[in-house]
Amino acid sequence: MAVDWTDRGIVLAVRSHGENDAIATLLTEKQGRHAGLVKGGAGRKFRAILQAGNLVQAEWRARLEGHLGNFSIEALQAYGGGILNDRLALAGMSSLCAMIDATLPEREPHPQTFAAALVLLSHLGDPLWHAHYVRWELALLREMGYGLDLRSCAATGTTENLAFVSPRSGRAVSRAGAGPYRERLLVLPEFLKDDTTDDDVPPPGDVRAGLVLTGYFFERSIFAPHHQELPQARSRFLDLLGR
Amino acid sequence: MAGPEIEALIRQIAKLPGLGPRSARRIALALIKKRTLLLDPLVQAMTSAANTVRVCSACGNFDSTDPCAICCDPRRDPKIVCVVEDVADLWAMERASVFRGRYHVSGGLLSPLSGVGPEDLKIDKLLERVRRDGVAEVILALAATVDGQTTSHYVAERLQTTGVAVSGLAHGMPVGGELDYLDDGTISAALRARRPVT
Repeated sequence: MAVDWTDRGIVLAVRSHGENDAIATLLTEKQGRHAGLVKGGAGRKFRAILQAGNLVQAEWRARLEGHLGNFSIEALQAYGGGILNDRLALAGMSSLCAMIDATLPEREPHPQTFAAALVLLSHLGDPLWHAHYVRWELALLREMGYGLDLRSCAATGTTENLAFVSPRSGRAVSRAGAGPYRERLLVLPEFLKDDTTDDDVPPPGDVRAGLVLTGYFFERSIFAPHHQELPQARSRFLDLLGR
Repeated sequence: MAGPEIEALIRQIAKLPGLGPRSARRIALALIKKRTLLLDPLVQAMTSAANTVRVCSACGNFDSTDPCAICCDPRRDPKIVCVVEDVADLWAMERASVFRGRYHVSGGLLSPLSGVGPEDLKIDKLLERVRRDGVAEVILALAATVDGQTTSHYVAERLQTTGVAVSGLAHGMPVGGELDYLDDGTISAALRARRPVT
């Protein structure tokens, strides 16, 4: 008996399959990261729809649950079209898609990650976008089971003057608690010090420090055990933020 | 059914883009039936192309001479270089007959999601060409896709050190396009790239 479902999904990656078809990977709301064959996906009709970061309505159909299956895709919102000339926003969007594609397991629902990614995509180009992206990566780490504890100092228990993160435990460390280990600790940027959303745009250096922080834990906990590196798209985003 | 030579011919034709085994059989049959009209001239044309066509060492175009006819044409402005992804795009630009400069075929697009990096493209060669030939303007005629524009931004950044003027093709409404039939992304790009009407 055939299986099928219909769901909203964010296009993460598309690769050609034969001359005319494509295999699209989507992050769907209820089914999680899911791939499927799009008949004619490499053609002109789907070229604009199957762009990373676009929101689509997808119907997936397969004969058996474990099969690749076929997608019928309809465009809902093209987020990339408006930011093609904004290199930083474009790099950020590519990084977002690449990180989801590289970290989330297939066919496992992550509705919160989907919802947060959708909010980020709908605010591409906003001045606070980069700070929110770093917070989103922290949430993604938490979703994967490697959340950081930035509420209090791992050494002294204080909630004041938190300035570092221990690369070993992933817990915050205060200036006083850092002691002689300061050089070995990761920098905790100001805008990540509590869960409240600040309306002030953090300086690019802080955003970069935030990405270095999350990147360290992604690499250590998720990519290195699989002998993989952080996605190129994320490295490019980090590189652009440093300029 | 058919002899090994015909089967081999069908197999080779079926490998061509847009053709499957059924079309390949029809084409093979037509070639064999019309030997003097189709098969012999085709063999001749293919042999000639195989012997003479090469990649232009300057721009990456295909031609029987190196440098290609476009790079050798004295009527074309060598100070303006248009960067395209593929030779098919170069031919598309030539069909439009609006560009009178020279080309540079990048050989693909950066695709961080697919792992295609700068080392896979001919960007260093472009930089070398810009410096050597004193190019005044580089036009980036790459696809209006995420990968195409990521490549455009990357090439523009690399070209900054040379001081050359860099421009890109406009994105927006196609000629003959109606708003009702356009996708959201195109409308969004067109709106952002609006210009005063005089």
